[in-house]
Amino acid sequence: MSTSKQHGGAEHAEGAAQAAEQTESRGAVQSRRAFLFKLSLALNGVVGAVVAVPILGYILGPALKKNASYNSWVSLGSVADFPEGETRMVDFRNPVTMVADGMTANSACWVRHVESKKFQVFAINCAHLGCPVRWFPQSRLFLCPCHGGAYYEDGSRASGPPERGLFEYNYTVAGNHLMIEAGSLPTLATEACDRRTKPLVQIEPGAPGTSADEDANTTRSS
Amino acid sequence: MESQNTKKGAAIKLFDWFESRLGLAKPMIEAALHPTPARSASWWYVFGSAATVLLVLQVVTGILLGLVYTPSAGEAWSSLQFLNHDVTLGWFLRAMHGWGSDFMIAIVIIHMVQVFLFGAYKFPRELTWIIGVFLLLLTLGMAFTGQVLRFDQDAYWGLGIGASIISRIPIVGGPMVGLLLGGPIIGGPTLARFFALHVFIIPGTLLALVALHVWMVLKLGINEWPMPGRVVSKTSYLREYQEETHKNGVPFVPDAAWKDAVFAAAILLSVMACALLLGPIGPTGQPDPTIIQTAPKPDFAFLWIYAVLAYLPADMETPFLFIAPIVVIGGMLLLPLVAGEGEKHWSRRPVAVLMLAVIAVTLGTFTQLGTYTPWSPQMEAWSGDTIPTQYLEGRSPLERQGALVLQNKQCRDCHALGGEGGMRGPALDTIAARMTEDQMIRQVLQGGGNMPAYGKALSPAETHALVSFLMTLRGKDLQPAVDFSRTLTRADNGAAPPAASGEGAR
Repeated sequence: MSTSKQHGGAEHAEGAAQAAEQTESRGAVQSRRAFLFKLSLALNGVVGAVVAVPILGYILGPALKKNASYNSWVSLGSVADFPEGETRMVDFRNPVTMVADGMTANSACWVRHVESKKFQVFAINCAHLGCPVRWFPQSRLFLCPCHGGAYYEDGSRASGPPERGLFEYNYTVAGNHLMIEAGSLPTLATEACDRRTKPLVQIEPGAPGTSADEDANTTRSS
Repeated sequence: MESQNTKKGAAIKLFDWFESRLGLAKPMIEAALHPTPARSASWWYVFGSAATVLLVLQVVTGILLGLVYTPSAGEAWSSLQFLNHDVTLGWFLRAMHGWGSDFMIAIVIIHMVQVFLFGAYKFPRELTWIIGVFLLLLTLGMAFTGQVLRFDQDAYWGLGIGASIISRIPIVGGPMVGLLLGGPIIGGPTLARFFALHVFIIPGTLLALVALHVWMVLKLGINEWPMPGRVVSKTSYLREYQEETHKNGVPFVPDAAWKDAVFAAAILLSVMACALLLGPIGPTGQPDPTIIQTAPKPDFAFLWIYAVLAYLPADMETPFLFIAPIVVIGGMLLLPLVAGEGEKHWSRRPVAVLMLAVIAVTLGTFTQLGTYTPWSPQMEAWSGDTIPTQYLEGRSPLERQGALVLQNKQCRDCHALGGEGGMRGPALDTIAARMTEDQMIRQVLQGGGNMPAYGKALSPAETHALVSFLMTLRGKDLQPAVDFSRTLTRADNGAAPPAASGEGAR
């Protein structure tokens, strides 16, 4: 109701007194039509909002789901496959897949058998921009082919652009099997590892690649 | 004669039948004949129409590729192989689409540079420029999503890089990664998303904005040839332009249009020549995340971003990634609003010309660096590259052992010898002329300056051998590096200077 009044007010304000006189008889009809038109707009606005709910829900679905909810325990094989003191690459199939994923549902990780039941399972993805890091047993380094990020054997940052060490999967030894908790692409936001156990940023304030790196290495491995 | 006349009459009748219902011919003829400033019927003004022609080529070849391409993460790669090898002329259509995309980016950028240099973005064409900026972004968006649809190793790891960048956004980073990938990993839904973007969303927006862009060119007229001293003012420009085009104007068709047509034909032929001679682009290896023997690289248009990400200091990267695009895009959008009046001629806009030169040199340098990625370690250099014979000739067993250590510990992945090997670290050919033995030992064991510490990866014997070998590397006539403080200490004690001892070690 108030909107139709406003409409009339606007007309008046324009000072179209002549037009008002001429259309006095049509005015009543027009204001009703104008009202109905506005009502139809409002109706469509409401319907539009209702339609938007499922659309937004559909689009934002993957964004709203917690990453941890994708994770489940995956076996990487027998503990005996990983000799103590060595770091080896293992392939595994992502726990949640669909047919269309094809080979992209395959994944890989680096398993470091530290001693007896102590392991470290690193994501293949560099902590800088996600390229696949390679392990070089001779120099005991992980090297990234993209921007030259380097990590020591315990996954801590050695040099290059990464701001932190390699992502680590949570692991457990169940019976004779090494299991990791996997399911989502390891990135800074969807870290493979529990964020509570490892700080997000390991880089020391100050110049990167100076003695601070060395300190980081010694403190981490000690 | 008579039958010809009746035939002609019939044709006109048919035309009239349609025209009385469509009413399109009149405005189209008007648009074709719209007056253009005589000097603007120039070869400098052909890039916009060429970009539009390339867009049409991309749409047509894209639809044709869509007849075969399978947008499924499990099958996309093999459907491209099928297109390349089994479909008649499939390789050529792929090549046209791929090279057409490179040409389109190049032409769009040239068009933008021309518009900028000619001051064509100034009043009243500010909005035409602003929409043009969005057209550039959409063109780059097409290039990136197209690269993803070429679902190979580069595409897979490129998506990983995209996800890693987005994951750095505070708070919403995680959900945004989910939005990008359509799930927890790069997989089926990810490719489907990029397919929808590349085939429906971006092209739809692109076509709509191109229509607006062209509409505004028609409505506002083609920019006049800039003259030094002729200043754009909001109060008088429209009148001046009107007078100019009425006095010296020529109809767009045919006076200017023939140049557009010739250039567009030349561009189309060039795309075909590239497609024929250079073939389709990719796909590289299959997108299997367990195949890690790969050095993913973005397409040409994005190489400069790759380079920037390699050279930024680690702690500046995240702020830069999110602030720089806003500043750059915001600057481009605001340009016509800030500098909407004044001189158009480049000789009276030194700052604009200087800016353009700096941007061009910067982008060119970064792109050039991106073609050979000096920051990337050469992962096979340690086992594959040879040591120049002159570095081994006449060397002691210990020094040769050191050369082996240098190879076996992957030093060559980052350090070149004789021009072979990685370029991430400095070349070692003359290292002994720059570093003393002590400095080398410290650097090797403790690392620093972007080098990892090798203290745990080298035994004392290996370090000794390695440094002995490195001490022999000082080029032809260079003196070994000397620690001057040691000379002083030794001189105090009356001992021999260290240069002699360095010689002795050799």
